[in-house]
Amino acid sequence: MFRKIALTLATVGLLAGAAQADNFTGAGATFPAPVYTAWASAYKTATGNELNYQAIGSGGGIRQIKAKTVDFGASDKPLSASDLDAAGLIQFPTVIGGIVPIVNVPGVTSGRMHLSGALLGAIFLGQIKRWDDPQIARLNPGMKLPALPITVVHRSDGSGTSFIFTSYLTATSPAWSKAVGASDSVNWPAGIGGKGNDGVAAFVKQTIGSIGYVEYIYARKDTVAYTLVQNKAGQFPQPDPTSFAAAAVGAPWGRAPGNYVLLINQPGGKTWPISGATFILMYKHQDDAAKAASVLKFFDWAYKTGDATAAKLDYVPLPAPVKNMMRKQWLQIQAGGKPVYVSK
Amino acid sequence: MTAEASVSGTSPDKKISRIGDPRGGSATRGGDKIFHALCLSAAMVLMGALAGLLISLVIGGWPALSHFGLAFFTSSTWDPVADNYGAAGPIAGTLITAFIAMLLAMPLAIGVAVFLVEFCPKRLAYYIGLAVELLAGIPSIVYGMWGLFVLAPWFAMHIQMPLMLAVVPGSLLDRIFAGVPNGANIFTASLILAIMVLPYIATVFRELLLSVPPHVREAAYGMGATPFEVVRSIMLPYIRRSAIGAVMLGLGRALGETMAVTFIIGNSHAFPKSLFDSGSTLASTIANEFTEATGDMHISALIALGLVLFLITFAALAAARLLLGRAEVVA
Repeated sequence: MFRKIALTLATVGLLAGAAQADNFTGAGATFPAPVYTAWASAYKTATGNELNYQAIGSGGGIRQIKAKTVDFGASDKPLSASDLDAAGLIQFPTVIGGIVPIVNVPGVTSGRMHLSGALLGAIFLGQIKRWDDPQIARLNPGMKLPALPITVVHRSDGSGTSFIFTSYLTATSPAWSKAVGASDSVNWPAGIGGKGNDGVAAFVKQTIGSIGYVEYIYARKDTVAYTLVQNKAGQFPQPDPTSFAAAAVGAPWGRAPGNYVLLINQPGGKTWPISGATFILMYKHQDDAAKAASVLKFFDWAYKTGDATAAKLDYVPLPAPVKNMMRKQWLQIQAGGKPVYVSK
Repeated sequence: MTAEASVSGTSPDKKISRIGDPRGGSATRGGDKIFHALCLSAAMVLMGALAGLLISLVIGGWPALSHFGLAFFTSSTWDPVADNYGAAGPIAGTLITAFIAMLLAMPLAIGVAVFLVEFCPKRLAYYIGLAVELLAGIPSIVYGMWGLFVLAPWFAMHIQMPLMLAVVPGSLLDRIFAGVPNGANIFTASLILAIMVLPYIATVFRELLLSVPPHVREAAYGMGATPFEVVRSIMLPYIRRSAIGAVMLGLGRALGETMAVTFIIGNSHAFPKSLFDSGSTLASTIANEFTEATGDMHISALIALGLVLFLITFAALAAARLLLGRAEVVA
């Protein structure tokens, strides 16, 4: 009886082992998880190879790749060049997302209100307390601003969205930079925290006079009004895939050490000022060349054929020149002194 | 066939006597030994897991605890950018929400239990009992979503705003009811917690009330006591000691509840200043920040929060065991 069970178990184990030969694993960021999963399922249909991606959060992704329990890590927050070098890692972007402020102010509809980085900083610091503040009125001449108190809504969970948004505030508002700074979770000086994009959107929808920030797809819903934000050129572009991609085109990918690129306040008149890429982390020196090659093959395939899927899920694909630059950088991922994968 | 079994004559008794027969053969005794060893190892695995958990919490949280010292418990600054962590806000939030939840849940639980035992028709009691048990089976994230999308807006519109408008500005009540009128605060979190612990306490209360010997009740009724007097003067005093234990068990659950609270407490790390202020609990802070925490000190501080929660919950449950007493333990 027991022998029978043991035999069965062994057979199952062998089968599973055989099936896993071409499989690879990744773990990390939750923001790009839907598109990674969609790519993985299309990739499996096309090639038979299977990606097992665990959306455990960027922090978890970084810990897992450092512990070498996965073939790649994924993070919404790029690691600094010195962190990468210390760990022997390399990072490359996959898709781009945009962050959009949303407001619940009676009479203000989507795309009407104009805000700037300094103004957002002062609002999120709790220094501007009412919607009829002269500083808001100055950027919105002719808009009827109600005499309502401002309620700030932020993310309660540590998230790449918060990292990008607070990075933008840090870059554009000296007061914010001095008092708070940028991170996945910060010491919020004002307001209440909602869990996830949904939680923030729900609180903004339910609280008259509130302001929050969400990923683009949540701002597109009709239930909340998004605002425009002044970019580096002084313009107020619409938040959409075109203006997010514009930020990626102008970004200094080739020059930034370790691809530490924040798509914050990038130049260009049509550039949305608050966007960011999400990243993949891999070791430069690989023990298992075939495994590393299968990871790169997957992302090369995704770069080539995954744009439509990404766009359908409201992510912004990388511009072609950026993809080609990354393909060149993949040559640094080596085993035994040779690149594990050369994109054709 | 043994003598006692033939005396009692019922089939379950036969079975029991055969298994427990002290004069069984040596094969049975060998089986007993294995059984004994298995049970012992099961208990040991449990103790080992508990000890392991405690040890890993202490090791993981030690960098933060040793670095911040007592300030970890007294400071309410929680700043992941500057790596400066104080847990006073989450600790206070945990204790306050759990306390208010018990305050709200206890009278309700007593009411439900007394109604079911004393006044309710049998058929109806079955359905109400079922509903109470169902309440215990609802996953906490469902409570959280209901709280966020239904309770919070309703509470803000119909309770919080009228209260805030009704009180005299500057008065003590004004300070108690201060906050953002959107329903995400300490009080609504406590309300959700109260609904969540209610079935646990009510079920134990009901069992306790049923354990009151019928002759005591009947004697009281026989002396002309009204149902209210019987409940107040006979039944509740009879179960008082065990009831405190039941309440502590509910408290244990309220202290550790994570998801539902995270959705609705407003998630501010500051020390809560009013009933309608947003706050955070130990569990909600861990749930919020652990996935994306990258700094070593940040992770350590979160694990230290886990240790604090472990100790608070352990204290509550230990108190429950003490109060329940050995003889009065109810399953």
